[in-house]
Amino acid sequence: MFRKLHDPGADGVTITIDGEAVAAETGESLAAVMLRQPEAWTRTTPVSGSPRAPYCLMGVCFECLAEVDGVASVQTCLTPVRAGMRVVRQQGRRVLSA
Amino acid sequence: MSEIDLLIVGAGPAGMAAAVAARRHGLSVLVVDDQPAPGGQIWRAVETVAATPRGARLGAAYLSGAERAAAFRACGASYEPGSQLWQIEPGLRAFLTRAGKARTVTAKAIILATGAQERPVPFPGWTLPGVLTVGAAQILLKTADQVPEQPVWIAGSGPLPLLYMTQLLAAGGTIAGFLDTTPQGRIRAALPHLPRALGGLGDLAKGLAWTWALKRAGVAIIRHVTEIEAGGEGKLQTLRYRTEDGQEATVPAEVLLVHEGVVPSIHAPLALGCAVEWHPLQQCYVPTLDAWGETSQPGIFVAGDGAGIGGAAAAELRGSLAGLRAAVKLGGLADAAAEAEAQPLRRRLARALALRPFLDTLFAPRPQMFAPADAAIVCRCEEITAGEIRSRAALGRPGPNQLKAFTRAGMGPCQGRQCGYSVMHIVAAAQQRPVGEVGFYRVRPPLKPVTLGELASLDETVP
Repeated sequence: MFRKLHDPGADGVTITIDGEAVAAETGESLAAVMLRQPEAWTRTTPVSGSPRAPYCLMGVCFECLAEVDGVASVQTCLTPVRAGMRVVRQQGRRVLSA
Repeated sequence: MSEIDLLIVGAGPAGMAAAVAARRHGLSVLVVDDQPAPGGQIWRAVETVAATPRGARLGAAYLSGAERAAAFRACGASYEPGSQLWQIEPGLRAFLTRAGKARTVTAKAIILATGAQERPVPFPGWTLPGVLTVGAAQILLKTADQVPEQPVWIAGSGPLPLLYMTQLLAAGGTIAGFLDTTPQGRIRAALPHLPRALGGLGDLAKGLAWTWALKRAGVAIIRHVTEIEAGGEGKLQTLRYRTEDGQEATVPAEVLLVHEGVVPSIHAPLALGCAVEWHPLQQCYVPTLDAWGETSQPGIFVAGDGAGIGGAAAAELRGSLAGLRAAVKLGGLADAAAEAEAQPLRRRLARALALRPFLDTLFAPRPQMFAPADAAIVCRCEEITAGEIRSRAALGRPGPNQLKAFTRAGMGPCQGRQCGYSVMHIVAAAQQRPVGEVGFYRVRPPLKPVTLGELASLDETVP
């Protein structure tokens, strides 16, 4: 959906999204990374299960929620990328996981 | 728990200027902001981007943020990025969350410099992945250096789409077309404000330059668009539009960016019981403020676009004024000295706002945006359609708060930031009441969702 205009070079890091390794740049927002994926959605809604992707990128719409390092409903647009971050697309309602 | 003179919420143009002014007069200042770096939305990531080729592409107005951020960093205020404010109690005790931990801060005064958000305008399909705001795409360009992969559709009205399109073209992006939703006759309506607007000649010239750049680049511009509909299975695939004179088309689309102006962030002032008033031209609430930006609640100020849309230059000046007043109240700065310092700021503020009546008239919200089709989702969080709110609103004259209880509209994590004004307008139309009379949702703490873990981390030992 979106493409990055430069090569991150030394700032390049790897994170995982649903277990798959994905290239990213330190400090960019996680939402920006999600929007570069073939599937740009970050969650499905608790009401109808429809997919949602980042919309406002400034923290007011709460569409870009995902599970980040085990914490559910994280606003990915306010979350800077760190090496090794584990991201899971959030399905429907929050569930308590072991 | 820490105690300070002044807490500033937001590190954009207003928050940074307020901090600099208050520090110059010796106040202890803490600035909290939900973003990872200072600059607000206009100067997002400017500290790291200014020196790169990306910075040059974004233009001089963007680059000017670098020196503001440097002055802010050097002013001696404590600064905590990545922080969310979620409650303020009497005694001015602010509750903040940062990196999964909550804490409280006691301040003698608070300046809310939380800026603005893009006006949410529901249309069928606007929740599909691939539909974003123009502001969102500009943030992606500033912070991540990224552009839509395919030629992008842009729909809306106001200066931001023009600016973004010129920046996108400079970055090598491509535009499928611009659906300009500004209604016919707006230029004529705005012209009487032009003489006063000449005080803002620079901005006016900028706007014209953007328009010319788009024409030169051959961007397809479709004028007077009244209806937009996004379609697709699980993501945006098609875009249908219709113009005032009935021209209609359906086109393939992967990314659609929408923008229908900006409105002040009003949730914090509302939650704190600050008086607000309805702005009929901009169709939004603005806090009731004195000449320094103090609200009806003593010690609580609003500065920047949150005080009414005025742009970055006005935001900085309002920030400085609020910082000065805080220094009078808390730091022993003499009234006369503050007044002397404020006078040139007020003159510059008047100049910075000179273009507003022209812009507000030219880009006044078009009537269709307040009457979304029945099928359009209005509350994105709880997936409540315009039709549902409309039919409920016709029974027994409920207000937005009763509708919230009936339908759950406004009860999701965004807490009505996306649907509040739409619900107001649908209620007003269904009940034939003036919209300003209908009122907004009652905003309650927490202002941002807080986890039980964060609550449990409140490290208070004093009652």
